[in-house]
This record gives sequence, structure tokens and C-alpha cells, in this order.
Amino acid sequence: MTNSWTDIKNTDLVVIMGGNAAEAHPCGFKWVTEAKANRGAKLVVVDPRFTRSASVADFYAPIRQGTDIAFLLGVMNYCISNDKVQWDYVRAFTNAPYVIKEGFGYQDGLFTGYDETRRDYNRSTWDYELGDDGYVKSDIDHPRSVWNLLKKHVSVYTPEMVERICGTPKDKFLKVAQMISECSTPTKTMTSMYALGWTQHSKGSQNIRAMAMLQLILGNIGVRGGGMNALRGHSNIQGLTDLGLMSNLIPGYLTIPTEKEATFDTYMSTRGFKPLRPNQMSYWQNYKKFMVSFQKAMWGDAATADNGFAYDYLPKLDVPAYDILRIMELMHQGKVNGYMCQGFNPLLSAPNRKKLTAAFAKLKFLVVMDPLQTETARFWENHGEYNDVPTASIQTEVIELPTTCFAEDEGSLTNSGRWLQWHWAGGTPPGEAKHDTWIMAQIHLRLKALYQKEGGAFADPILKLDWRYKDAGNPTPEELAKEVNGYVVEDVRDPNDATKLVLQKGKQVVSFAALRDDGKTACGCWIYSGCWNEAGNNMARRDTSDPDSTGAYLKWAWSWPVNRRILYNRASADINGKPWDDSRKLLWWDGAKWTGYDVPDIAPTAKPDVVGPFIMNPEGTARLFTRGMMRDGPFPAHYEPFEAPIANVLAPKVRGNPAARVFKGDMEQFGDAKEFPYAATSYRLTEHFHFWTKHSQVNASMQPEFFVEISEQLAKEKNVKNGGWVRVWSKRGSVKAKAVVTKRIQPLTCDGKTVHIVGIPLHWGFMGETKKGFGPNSLTPYVGDANIETPEYKAFLVDIEPIAGPVA
Amino acid sequence: MNMELSRRQFMKGASVGIAGTTLGALGFGDIEEAFASSIRPWKLANLTETRNTCTYCSVACGIIMYSKGDLKKGEKADIVHIEGDPDHPTNRGTLCPKGAGLLDIVHAKTRTLYPQIRKPGSDKFERVSWDQALDRVARLMKDDRDKNFVAKNADGVTVNRWTTTGFLAASATTNETAWATYKVVRSTGILAFDNQARV
Repeated sequence: MTNSWTDIKNTDLVVIMGGNAAEAHPCGFKWVTEAKANRGAKLVVVDPRFTRSASVADFYAPIRQGTDIAFLLGVMNYCISNDKVQWDYVRAFTNAPYVIKEGFGYQDGLFTGYDETRRDYNRSTWDYELGDDGYVKSDIDHPRSVWNLLKKHVSVYTPEMVERICGTPKDKFLKVAQMISECSTPTKTMTSMYALGWTQHSKGSQNIRAMAMLQLILGNIGVRGGGMNALRGHSNIQGLTDLGLMSNLIPGYLTIPTEKEATFDTYMSTRGFKPLRPNQMSYWQNYKKFMVSFQKAMWGDAATADNGFAYDYLPKLDVPAYDILRIMELMHQGKVNGYMCQGFNPLLSAPNRKKLTAAFAKLKFLVVMDPLQTETARFWENHGEYNDVPTASIQTEVIELPTTCFAEDEGSLTNSGRWLQWHWAGGTPPGEAKHDTWIMAQIHLRLKALYQKEGGAFADPILKLDWRYKDAGNPTPEELAKEVNGYVVEDVRDPNDATKLVLQKGKQVVSFAALRDDGKTACGCWIYSGCWNEAGNNMARRDTSDPDSTGAYLKWAWSWPVNRRILYNRASADINGKPWDDSRKLLWWDGAKWTGYDVPDIAPTAKPDVVGPFIMNPEGTARLFTRGMMRDGPFPAHYEPFEAPIANVLAPKVRGNPAARVFKGDMEQFGDAKEFPYAATSYRLTEHFHFWTKHSQVNASMQPEFFVEISEQLAKEKNVKNGGWVRVWSKRGSVKAKAVVTKRIQPLTCDGKTVHIVGIPLHWGFMGETKKGFGPNSLTPYVGDANIETPEYKAFLVDIEPIAGPVA
Repeated sequence: MNMELSRRQFMKGASVGIAGTTLGALGFGDIEEAFASSIRPWKLANLTETRNTCTYCSVACGIIMYSKGDLKKGEKADIVHIEGDPDHPTNRGTLCPKGAGLLDIVHAKTRTLYPQIRKPGSDKFERVSWDQALDRVARLMKDDRDKNFVAKNADGVTVNRWTTTGFLAASATTNETAWATYKVVRSTGILAFDNQARV
């Protein structure tokens, strides 16, 4: 989230698209209710299903899953055609006026530079034209300005085209577009609430970009009640991502080097982030300070200036990332021997379960750490049709380690709004369950001991890992949090006055502003710096004061970065630093500095008409055109899901996202509409959380049994009775379920064809208190988003038929 | 200390809400005591209160857990009730159908209790000690790492990577656990490192 849950009360229009907050995030959704009740805010829901969010909406419009970009570019086209643009914001705070290189173009669904064999682009033309002064040329009237290119790019998405692609009736689309366009005035704000309904597509990142661009055109980023608000799924998935527990990440969104970056200097040479416009902060210029401090936190004294701060201790990538899809593909090919799952149940949560089971069976060992008995830990156990595996022939050694759950553990979790909230342990762990920190420490110490005794492959990164804990076998949350915050490694004196100590060895750094690139500071995760400084544990703060009821709660817990509650908040004021909306002030320029209700997202004395609000970008502005930073295009474009009921009407030859990675053999496993005529989608129910709550008796009682949802029309066509049994199958698998025949799902008409939708909730497996059942991953395709490989769970094809139920 | 402070704040907040009721008629000076006595019969007097955060979605609702026994005093603590934290700015004491069932997940019959190993081809798990389990994990990791670690690529560039073993990190553990996990996993050269952000 750029904003926070409590900030939603400040909005005028809530758009829920790509999510279902009322059911999946009920206690956060109350802030929508608050905005409706107290501000007269309106709620718009755009979804293939008439969800409970839709049931309390002021306006609901149906949409076919996987066509959100066409809808959003349609809204952008509407706003531009009707001059519903917050011009002062767009001109000053976005890259709309910048000129793009000659040669850039878009035709037949493809941007310039496409290479079909590699399914990838040469992105060299997707960039700015630079002037003689080295800065980007700026001229909004130039035929190749971002604005003019955007105008042209979205012009094809007329209301008629939106109806043809999305199945949204034209009048309903126009009503939504009109409601959204009203938020282009400086005194009206819209918030976007989205979740996996947008991310789980082969073009998920571009779904979100499309809305972010719309929000910029309306001037809604950085303001109270505005923003792009991702409703993160798991309680600490924001934290795990911030801390870089991903293939190609280092904490704080730094990146793991590739093998092309053989030395530390080469690695740093592409991370200089020189400003692209005069006087811009281009904050990533500080990259080296964050990187070196991270390396010091990892390897302490072994990280020196002479060895590039232990640069060789970091692994180097040969592919963009070993994401979950790639590693399971490699597993399936028999190229992976060991796998460890910590609180993660991939047998139910990764796509194409048949492929996963075959992949796991090729492992030599599988380690599962979990508070609950997961399906993954028992993938080898035969559960009849629910897990029909040849147990005796599976040669995988499986080790299951019992861990504590939240109630028995202490530490911080980062919520959607980037608040780090500390919690305390209240219960004794059952049986012999242990904290994950203890388990990880034990694994480390045992590995280290083995290497000390036996030697072996390059052991230095393990032997020299900084392990500064009082009890090496059991690091405490406090010790770890302080390391994440960062501390001073060596005294630093004032260069002008050697008697003055600027940083004192052993003290906690106050924030990332104190970090250094010379090895004198260490910091686990720069964006979390400030969470536990010399003032103590700021994440444990519980002061509920909120001056003038802005919803900021600056003294409750701590948010990254530097306790800032709304990102890009400098954009809440105009070019002169005057708030766009006096009734919703956030930050303003008092003549000498920035002041207001939030921690300024800019240098406190940076002059408003000089320094742009988007300080992380070398331009200082936000990007309507992303240059070459996304693999599948500098603008979003409509692409069908890989399995779609109709062809791409704009580019009939293009299947799916042309830049999405598809492994050998998986393309052959995509079904087509002739064989699989129905468009399926997956989702959560309000009574359940993924595959956890099926272990909870009360939740299992509320929703005990797997079902699929279909419309009355489809039920009639296929002779399916409400409550009767059906078989649903895709090219990759088959499930049996009870049918819920509902008015909540309606057939749509897309490109002249009736499209029926099949809804498949995701909470069942073969462990726990519910009846045994299946999940959508028995059916879904093995393909992910072109940029970050989030699997395409939300749009795929199936067939359905009534079957005789089991004999009761 | 944190807990007491926020309790008082709760009383302050609550007193505003009942100012116009019969309790409010007693006058502001006595209102805290009046309110306290009105709820005393329902107080879970012999239980320890601990503040925590709901483990499910990222709204991160504040919760209060009530236990028999106090973990901080080194006692065995059995959680008997969990409710929403009325002080919390986001959820203000409310919980959803998932959060309202938290007690049952803490005490689920299917909690893992002991380290277990399933041998190749076997149809059952066998209980082992922590030492046995952890020594085995370290052995399996080291053997695979030593055999398949890539120190240099074909071009002679130092790459120090290990791609034949992977690690999937949790998404409901703390940031502190995440950091400890990051250190241990990265120090081995593992690149197949991922979390639930994608699903």
C-alpha cells in the first residue's frame, strides 16, 4: 500500500477491482464503510462475480477475468478524451512531457524489438531522448512525448471495444468511467484496493501499472484517501518481501548480482542512478551505503573494502531468478535434490498439481517446517482420489519439523500499510514445537561444524557469517531486530572537528540516513532502519493519538520508511507546496521547510518548485511510460490469458502475454476454447484463509466442503442441479465437487460469444478438519507473470459435466 | 508496561462513549471506576493477557490472547481465549470469521508436535529426536552442496552458487525470523529462494 488501512476513510471513491476486500479483508473493509458513512464516499466494484464487496457497492460492473487492462485503458481513454485530467499534477509530477526515442512503436499487439524465439524484447528504443545537457528532453507537445504516445496507445480502447473484450455492457462501463473521471479534480480522490485478482495473471504487473497510471492522471498518488493499495494476503508477506527472501533480492529491494557482474565495482557501476532531470534527489544514489551496510551485517569483519565487502560470498545469478515455477520445473526435470519449505504448502499453492507431485517425487530430500501437518509434507501418502500416489515407489526422504505458531512467538509483522507491529508470545508451544529462529540457527551451527570438521565446497560464507548472538543456538527477536535496524561498527568522527564523535561504535543507527559505504555501519535492511534505534523498539509503540483525525497514527507502531505513513506525500501539495485540497491537507511548504501530518517524503528543505516528489526515480517524476523497466512493455496492453475463451481481438495472432516465460512442454498443456469452453477463476471465501483454517474446527464447520460455483444458465445448459455433483477438468487435471448454482455469476458476451464462468474456491486438501477436497491448482496452467512469475490462477479454461455423487 | 498503558487509554476512550448513559450520569470523576465495576463480573481475572497480531491476512488486526499461566514468569501458559484488541487503530476490537476462529488453529488437532522422518519408500512417518532430525538435515544439505556447488561458471567467473537445493520461506513468521532465515540460507549460496508473495 502507498497509504494505509486507516487512511481509506479519507477517500471519495473506492474502486475494488482485482480483489474482494469485504470477504478477504473484512476488518480492513470497515474503513470503506467509514468513508461511505462519514464522507459520502462511493464504492465501485468491478469483478466477474457479484461478491459481497459488490453487494454493498454503489455500482457494480461485471468483467471477464483477465481483461482488466482493456477496461483500465478504456477508462484512461475516457478521461483523456473528456479532458478529465488533473493537469497541474500530470505536467509537474509525471513524465508525461518527456520525449521518447525515435523508433519506439507498437503494432499488432507488440512493442518494438520483439524476438519470438526468445519470447523477449530488445528494449533499447523504450527510453527517453536525452538533450545535449545529458538530461531528458521535456516537451509535452512533441509528437513523441509520453503524453502523446499514451493518448494514441489508449485510443483503441473505446467503450465499444471494452464491451467486446471484457463483456462489460457499454452503459455500465461508461458509468464506472464517469464516476472515476470525477476524481480528476484536486479536491476529489479515489483509492484503488486490489489483491491477487490482479497479480495472478500472466500480465499481473501490468494490471497494477494500468491503475497506477490512471491514478497519476487523476492526481491521486501521494494524497490522503488516494493511492495504490495492495491488500497483501498473508500477515507478513510484506515483511518477507521487504527483507528480500526471494531469489534475486537483497533486503530493502537491492538485487543479487548476476554472473555478468564479476566484481563489486562492476556491480555498483550500473547502480549509480545519476539524476535524469536537474536538481533531483534520485535517492538510489545512496545504493552503495545500503549495500555495504548489508554486507557488513552478513559477514562482519570478513567484509572489507579490499574484498569488495565479501562480494564473492554472494551467489551470482545465471538466469533472472530461480522463482518457484523455475525451481519446480527443474525439480520436474530431476535437476534438484533438496527442498525446504518453511510455513509454505506448495503442493496446494503452486500450479499444476500433477506436475508438482511428480517433481517432489524426484527429490532426494524434502524438509518441512510448519506448525500444521501440511499436504506437502505428506505428498507421498496415498489419500485415495484426493492424493492417489504410488507411495512405495516414492524415494524422497521427508523430514517434518514442528514449529511454533504466532501465539507462541514474539516479534514484528509488517502489514499492508507498511506498519511494523510488535507482538508478544502468550502460549507454551505444543509438544516439541520450536521457534523457526531456533531451527534456522541449529541448521546453521550444524552445517558450520560439519564444514569445520570436514572442509568442503567454498565454506567461507558459512564459517564467517556474522553470528553475534548471546546464545548462538537461539537468537532472540530483540537481537535480530537490532541487527535489521543497523548499528555502528566503528567510531565516525566529524571530518571538520576530530573531537566530535558523529557515530559511536556499538550504538544503534538512528535511521538509514546514517548508513555509510565505507564499512563503518552495518544494517540488515535499510528500509527498516529506524525500527529499533537508540530510542528503543519503535515497533512496539502503542500511542493511539491522531492529531486532527487524519488516520495517520504516527505514534502507533512504526512504518517504513522512517515512519512515513503515505508514500510520495509531497505530491499532496502543488508545485508551490500548497495542498491541493485544504480540507485534506497532508504536507505543505511553510516557506522554509516541509511540514504537516506525516513524515515528509522529500528532503525537509527541498524547494517545492525545484525537487520533484518521486525521489526514488532519477527523473523526480512518476512514470506513465516505464522505459525498459518491465519486460512486456513500457505501457500496458491488452493480452488474453494463455487459456482464453476468445482470441485477442486486437492482435489475433498473439497468444497470452508474448513476453511471459513458458517452459518446454507447458505450452502443449494449455487447453483451447474448443476443448475447454468455460472460463474458470479461483478465489477465497470469507470463512477460510488459504489452507490453514481447514485445520480450525470452527472454520471447518462453517465451510466444510469443496464446491464450485456456476450460473443458473450454465447449470440449465449442462443439466446440473444445485447441490448436485460435477466433474470439472482442464488439460492438466480433474476435480469433483458439489455445484453451487448461483445468480452471483452471470454469463457475459465477449466478441459476440457467450462466455460462462466457473468459480473455484481454494481452501481444500486432504489434511485438517474439513472434508477432503481439491484445489484450483489441480487445474491451473504452469505459467506466470512476465515480470515476477506470479502464476496465472485467475483465468484458465475448463469443461464441466454432472456426475453421480459418492454413495453416502 | 505497554499493556497497562494501553489499558488506561482504552478506559479513556470508553469513558467518552458512555458519557451520555446512566453510568455517565455518575460524573466524569467516577466514571472509570463505575465502568470497571460494571464489567468486573465478566473479567477473566485469573488469566494473563498478551497482545498479538492476527496470523492471517495483512490487515494485521490487533488481538488479545488470554492464557492460564504466564509465559513471562516461566510458567506453562495455555491460551484459552482470543479476542480483538479494542485499542488497535485498524480493527478497533473487531475480528472477521477467520480471526474469530484463531483459538482453534492454536489448538488444532493437526498441529505438528514432534520431529518426524519418512524414509524413502515408506508409508509412514517415524518420530525422531530434534538432534537426529537436525543432524540429518545438515548432513543432507552439506552432501548436496559439496557435490553440486558451482564456484566458477564456464567463463571462469566466480559465481559461488548452489542451485540443486531450494528454500521456500514462510509468510506468517516475524521479520526477525525472516532475517535469521535470510542469513542462513544466503550464506550457503542458495539461489532458489522464494516466498508466498506470488501466491
